[in-house]
Amino acid sequence: MGFSMADKAKLKYRAVVIGTSAGGLKALKQLVEGLDPVFQLPLLIVQHLSPQSDSFLPKYLSQFTHLKVKEADPHEPILPGYAYTAPPNYHMHVEKNGTILLSVDEKVNFARPSIDVLFESAAWVYQQHLIGILMTGANNDGAKGMCQIKMLGGLTIAQLPSEAEVPIMPEAAIALGCTSKVLDIKGISSFLNGQYAKTD
Amino acid sequence: MNMQSKNEGSKELQKQDLEVRLLLEAIQQIYGYDFRGYNQAHVRRRILHRVQNLGLKSISELQHKLLHEEHFIEILLRDLSINVTEMFRDPGFYRSMRLEVIPVLKTYPFIKVWHAGCSTGEEVYSFAILLKEEGLLDRAQIYATDFNPIVLETARKGIYPVSRIKEYTQNYQASGGLQSFSDFYIARYDSVIMDHNLRKNVVFAEHNLVTDNVFAEVHVIICRNVLIYFNKDLQNRVLKLFADSLIKGGFLGLGSKENIMFTEVADTFTVVDASEKIYKKKIVLGI
Repeated sequence: MGFSMADKAKLKYRAVVIGTSAGGLKALKQLVEGLDPVFQLPLLIVQHLSPQSDSFLPKYLSQFTHLKVKEADPHEPILPGYAYTAPPNYHMHVEKNGTILLSVDEKVNFARPSIDVLFESAAWVYQQHLIGILMTGANNDGAKGMCQIKMLGGLTIAQLPSEAEVPIMPEAAIALGCTSKVLDIKGISSFLNGQYAKTD
Repeated sequence: MNMQSKNEGSKELQKQDLEVRLLLEAIQQIYGYDFRGYNQAHVRRRILHRVQNLGLKSISELQHKLLHEEHFIEILLRDLSINVTEMFRDPGFYRSMRLEVIPVLKTYPFIKVWHAGCSTGEEVYSFAILLKEEGLLDRAQIYATDFNPIVLETARKGIYPVSRIKEYTQNYQASGGLQSFSDFYIARYDSVIMDHNLRKNVVFAEHNLVTDNVFAEVHVIICRNVLIYFNKDLQNRVLKLFADSLIKGGFLGLGSKENIMFTEVADTFTVVDASEKIYKKKIVLGI
């Protein structure tokens, strides 16, 4: 499945990066469940996991979305219609040629995969064509990445802290002034769906 | 954000791209280390990290230091090399080595093992422990190479922080280790020093996968989480180098996210363990 030329001209954004930590499984499930079948932007997801965890996340999320959810492989091209999850114990970056890079660099914010690492690299590549979403979590990972996305012209959304299972992570981004929107999960899904609304 | 600042953001990025390219060019031309085939997202992140860390305003200021300060290259080499490793990282890899590869190695009177891009040596000692437990260490010649002399020095010393030992012990046990992990080191204050018998047959040497060639014919090559940092061309170069360095029937062990599928050497190897990324060079090519 790909974008037709008409779609490409119409769509403002080319990719969505999502960061979650504690409470993330449920939040991610709700978010992808709320996406209409027409939604095709690639999702790149970092959910903090223990290094020993298996590849449960993509299998789990697959049940709730039309998107093809898979654990990211190194050097694979980022395609519409797919959701990529960072493998446990690897950072996921976006390369300039629109492919995925995995690395075993030092932990960032005590995390590998780190949300900041994904967000910053995606911001460099997609610039104003990127949406960053930061949801529930108990640490500060992702806040700096949100700032980077916003600085380079992208759009950033924090989950409404009062709705988040653990509000610390979205609150950190809000406190830095790096969020374009603060929405509940339903609102995030429908904002994403809105990218495909007919405009003229 | 208005249109103008967007443009400025992307202009900044464009300048940064250029600065990164120039810095890599300078490192290559003056010091001979070639990072131009590394993945750009990684290189850029490491460089910007150093710029920030030194409180510099731009990569160009870093360039100035590189060109005019003696020994500054050593800092950049450390930044750009991949130094994150651990003992028995991915225990399943060692379990599979023990079950699938060791029995074949036992049929040879003498074996050679090459740890390519060994960094600070944790995996070298891990594999040496495995060989020792299987009675193969005394008839093994092990080459541990890296392009960076500083990390090699750490590898040679075999001294590691005691704070990591708990994790290493768990890894060792999960890998199917036969003894107590503490049999293989001596603890001193906040460090452990690995049993020197483990490195008796190890040669630590500088070798650059990007620019150097075959130096020995070996039975096993272990190179984990190095290729993921390379672009396609460089990966192919290095994998060909590995294929040329292995005896027929020799084994190649890669990192859990690395793969020879869709590379130029895909037909040269058969799969021993698909999930642990262990491959065997075909005895008769083309079959």
